[in-house]
Amino acid sequence: MAAAALTLDGVRKGFTRGGRRVSALDGVSIAVRPGRVTGLIGPDGAGKTTLMRLAAGILGPDAGRIEVLGIDVAEDPLAVQSAVGYMPQRFGLYEDLSVQENLDLYADLQGVPRAARRARYDELMRMTGLAPFTRRLAGRLSGGMKQKLGLACTLVRPPRLLLLDEPTVGVDPVSRRELWAIVYAQVREAGMTVLLSTAYLDEAARCAEVILLHQGRVLGQEAPAAFSGPLAGRTFEMRVEGIPARRLQARLADVAGIVDALVAGDRVRIVTAPGFVPDPARLLPDHPEARLQPVPPDFEDAFIARLKDHDGHHRPPPQVTVKVSGSAGDEVIRVEGLERRFGDFRAVKGISFRVRRGEIFGLLGANGAGKTTTFRMLCGLLPASGGELAVAGHDLRRSGAQARARIGYMAQRFSLYANLTVMQNLAFFAAAYGLRRQRRRERLRWALEGFELGAYRDVNAGLLPLGYKQRLAFAAALMHQPEILFLDEPTSGVDPLARREFWARTNALAEAGVTALVTTHFMEEANYCDRLVIMAEGEILAAGRPYEIRQRARTVENPEPTMEDAFIALVQGREAAS
Amino acid sequence: MPWHILALALKEFRALLRDPRSRIVLIGPPIAQLIVFGYAATFDLNHVPVAIYDEDAGGAGRELIARVAGSPHFEVVARLTREAGIAPLIDDKAVLLVLHLGPRFSADLQRGASAPLQAILDGRNSNTAMLALSYLRTILLDFNRDWAARHGRPAPPAVLQMRAWYNADLDSHWFIIPGIVGLLTLVVTLVVTALSVAREREQGTFDQLLVTPLRPVEILIGKALPGMVIGTLEATFIIVLAVLWFGIPLRGDPGALYAGLSLFLLSAVGIGLMISAIAVTQQQAVLGAFLFLVPAVILSGFATPIANMPEVVQWITYLDPLRYFLIVVRGVFLEGDGYALLLDQYWPMAIIGGLSLATAGWLFRHRMY
Amino acid sequence: MKKTSDLSRAARGRMRLRGMIRKESIQIMRDPSSIAIAFVLPVVLLFLFGYGVSLDARAIPLGLVIEQPDAATAGLAGAFERSEYFAPRRFGGIQEARQALAERRIDAILWLRNDFARRLLSGGEAPIAVLANGVDANQARITEGYVQGAWLAWLGRYAAAHGRPLAPPVALHHRVWFNAALISRDFLVPGLVAIIMTLIGSMLTAMVVAREWDRGTMEAMMVTPLRIREVIVGKLVPYFVLGMGGMVFTVVLAVYQFDVPLRGSLWALGAASALFMLVALAVGLLISIVSRNQFVAGQIAIVVTFLPAFILSGFIFDIHSMPQAIQILTHVVPARYFVAILQSLFLAGDVWPVYWANMGAMALMLAVLMALVRRKAHKRLE
Repeated sequence: MAAAALTLDGVRKGFTRGGRRVSALDGVSIAVRPGRVTGLIGPDGAGKTTLMRLAAGILGPDAGRIEVLGIDVAEDPLAVQSAVGYMPQRFGLYEDLSVQENLDLYADLQGVPRAARRARYDELMRMTGLAPFTRRLAGRLSGGMKQKLGLACTLVRPPRLLLLDEPTVGVDPVSRRELWAIVYAQVREAGMTVLLSTAYLDEAARCAEVILLHQGRVLGQEAPAAFSGPLAGRTFEMRVEGIPARRLQARLADVAGIVDALVAGDRVRIVTAPGFVPDPARLLPDHPEARLQPVPPDFEDAFIARLKDHDGHHRPPPQVTVKVSGSAGDEVIRVEGLERRFGDFRAVKGISFRVRRGEIFGLLGANGAGKTTTFRMLCGLLPASGGELAVAGHDLRRSGAQARARIGYMAQRFSLYANLTVMQNLAFFAAAYGLRRQRRRERLRWALEGFELGAYRDVNAGLLPLGYKQRLAFAAALMHQPEILFLDEPTSGVDPLARREFWARTNALAEAGVTALVTTHFMEEANYCDRLVIMAEGEILAAGRPYEIRQRARTVENPEPTMEDAFIALVQGREAAS
Repeated sequence: MPWHILALALKEFRALLRDPRSRIVLIGPPIAQLIVFGYAATFDLNHVPVAIYDEDAGGAGRELIARVAGSPHFEVVARLTREAGIAPLIDDKAVLLVLHLGPRFSADLQRGASAPLQAILDGRNSNTAMLALSYLRTILLDFNRDWAARHGRPAPPAVLQMRAWYNADLDSHWFIIPGIVGLLTLVVTLVVTALSVAREREQGTFDQLLVTPLRPVEILIGKALPGMVIGTLEATFIIVLAVLWFGIPLRGDPGALYAGLSLFLLSAVGIGLMISAIAVTQQQAVLGAFLFLVPAVILSGFATPIANMPEVVQWITYLDPLRYFLIVVRGVFLEGDGYALLLDQYWPMAIIGGLSLATAGWLFRHRMY
Repeated sequence: MKKTSDLSRAARGRMRLRGMIRKESIQIMRDPSSIAIAFVLPVVLLFLFGYGVSLDARAIPLGLVIEQPDAATAGLAGAFERSEYFAPRRFGGIQEARQALAERRIDAILWLRNDFARRLLSGGEAPIAVLANGVDANQARITEGYVQGAWLAWLGRYAAAHGRPLAPPVALHHRVWFNAALISRDFLVPGLVAIIMTLIGSMLTAMVVAREWDRGTMEAMMVTPLRIREVIVGKLVPYFVLGMGGMVFTVVLAVYQFDVPLRGSLWALGAASALFMLVALAVGLLISIVSRNQFVAGQIAIVVTFLPAFILSGFIFDIHSMPQAIQILTHVVPARYFVAILQSLFLAGDVWPVYWANMGAMALMLAVLMALVRRKAHKRLE
């Protein structure tokens, strides 16, 4: 076996945040083997980015030793930087340079001889599908294309070690697949070593080896299959006619002894605690026909179980209370021939859909499909160029403040005041929604307790870990008990544990009669929706229940397609047609 | 005032003051500028370096030279013995002024003729040269009068009796420092308000604000309040320093000053919010504020009189709120003006403020993307 | 991999540097704000200072109060009415004129009391009272100077007309070198070159380097074989060219549009500008390295470079007039040296002692600043 491409030996690294010393890495020792893809996973704040930066030589360790390709990083960072390729979480493309100019710059910086460039560019452009866009400014590419260009710039001279820090955050499934195809091709053909961090566990499951990081410590380094080994016999799937999977999941998640419950298609997947034997009759006494189907454990089950075992406590299900007037089934959102133009560009091309009270309605689509534009029009942030829309009977663009008081909005990016504390943020939004005295106190207490933000009440919102930022934004959007929720990619970049919590809350809200409109990149999350539409280039490609949409991708080879399969089939089908 | 607007204003204050960087912006530059302007920005000449080329060496010449040397405005730093020495001294900026007394200077004086005194000045800084010349003339007039009286020569048929009102010693600090009240208040208010919406837009919080039941006009008031309050505090701080530290007399009614100040702040806040509503990023907002500030200060009469500008430029200055406020602040400080005399300065500021705020409010609603 | 090793170390270094320079140049050309600062701002500033700012009073509104008009007072009033510096207006009485002064309708009052003619004829120092509004001390002093000039001119004519030529004991003959007409524009416009180059060199550079941190482009660039001195040189070269372009543009406008004389040699102007540009760029780089954030960089740049260049460089306010402590402080303002060179080169010509002394000071500053930049810049995130 060849020597490790990257070794960390007893590495420690801390930062000073707001006067306090925070430890990011606490005695990490790992070895990344050459010529294969190693995944780096862990919840937010586990220290993944710090590890990447240390390996790239742009941070120095407080203690310990780091060796890259046999070079001590502390001694000769330049030699390391000449040999590795590093793609930071937010790859800094020069947005005012064209695709070609960005490539030229990195080719110059990496010392690629002119004669060798043509062939390399052609290869990279072919792999990334960017060939038709070489003259376009990088700033005008879609999110997925930007990531692909970032990867191409990193690969312009094939590095021996490739470090990728969450390369697929905010990237749609089609672009995601293309990115992985490029990375795996490099490993296969050039024998490159890849270390990547990711929040998508299906990506981690495809790695040759996975390093699990938690609170700055290594919890394990094994092949993905080995992670799930100990879970044999503890994973099941359940489906009950007449109970939507979402509601079933909510019931099962509360049961002691069940570590994890997850909606998977129209079934619910559960992981039990060691030694707990689930009995359908006791789990669901009112549904004697319910059956549990044992299934082989997968990587995500293992990840959640390992983290929950480590943290030791079973989080109580979050409480959310709302009161909604009107009866379920009323039409609360109506969109008819909605259109939006930016100059010549039609971002939304006459779409129509309706959402009923108490529904979770999903808006899925690739980057640049027009989801966010639609959202902003519904919230009254952007005037429509044509068509009709009504939210609870109003056009929010024209109607007054009272109509806005009935909606809650959570933007795609964290959009609370970063230099105000958690409490100050909540207090401001309570006031902005006109809550006063007793009710204001009640709601503030509800937000701090229901979202477990109490420990952070005096911390600046900008310094919160990502998962807590998302909770705070959610709490702020729910402050005034809105009837209708607009959630724009609420789970982007958030770790699997926080995603589970988020959906548990949203489910509970929907059960209470709140209507929620959600966009997401995580296709498996679409299964939580009652109904959804899939958008591409401003048009609706498909609409219906999750089950119906999945069925569309059903083939002989793939009798049980996932939502992601269905999505890709739809998008590719459209591209083939055009 | 409704409770939610107050909450918005409170949030604005917190967002400003909790960030150490913006705290520094509010405190650092104003103090630095007050010190720099207060001490460095002066047109008064002190210790102008002078060289004497005295070919005469007579008693009368020495008396005149002693008067020049004794003036606080001049300092004799060199004495020349030949004419060729003049050019290098002036060229090298070693002296600003050379006084040349011809060989027959005292003799001419004694026999009752007019003795020529030659002054050679460095005109590279035209203002300094003009002022030095004017100081020199005054010394000479005094000398001539004394000499005439002592030696029984006829006095000039008519003499000038000059007196300056409001600022008897013609101390230019009295002119500049009250001006700083207007200048710094404008800078701080503009930076605070110009960044407020642009920052929220860049951080994505503006959308979050717009989906709350707050009306655009309420957001406008909430965003204008901190600018008004901070501007008032800043102005008060400088006014107090001007009176207590720099000893500038405050002769008029402070009420008239604050009436002008609030109208001025209204227009500054309105322009700041307008820039902010147009700008997409903070950098654009800073650039926009800068592009407004530089002409606004130069054309306000802060350092150079508006009356000296060409007619067309003078028309442009009517759009500049600082122009009006400088007259108010100087009028109240030095001339002791009251409300009646300043009415013509109040109403243009009120109009500029009203129009710019209305435009900013309109932009809030129509530039949401 | 195999092919890259063909290139020599030096060739790879040149390639990286060329890449940086090309990238930076493209960015400058695509960013309207860089072009605006380099070419639009000079025009705006030149026009503001060339046309808007003038210390030369013209047509000063002067109130004339003549209590008993006759031939003698008519002669004196005529002297003011003929002067291009005054725009006299007659007032019936002193109260009326004082009211006009208080309302800022006139800047000064010339008051001849009713015994003026009698005392003039009796040969006894007839008083001419002049009341000036002293709020703007500088203007008041200039007004007084003009009043003196008009008075002296009248005295001469009056004496000659009465057959006893005026012979003051000492008569002042003055000559102003370099700017005989004392046109303030000729003195302000050369200094503007320093202001404009400070804006390009320090403010723009500070902002664009900080932008790389803000946008995250620096992090990706750091993990390449790029050396830190290549980053520095790569940033310096394009902005140097831009700044020199702004300088040439300003000088051409100054000479051809505003008729400011340029008496020194062009190469001396070029060399001094180049040296000052490097100093300004070094300051800009240092600010951006220390702040790493556009907002802070912009604020520091204004306070540390723009304001001192404006106030403390001798551009408007004479350094001689400042208190001792502030005069010492001006020695760390690079624009001070450049303004001195500019004013000499434009108005006086090649004055080598002034030139070389100030060039030496700038060279010393450059050395210190570059050493600081080199020490502060490193390829680390912390």
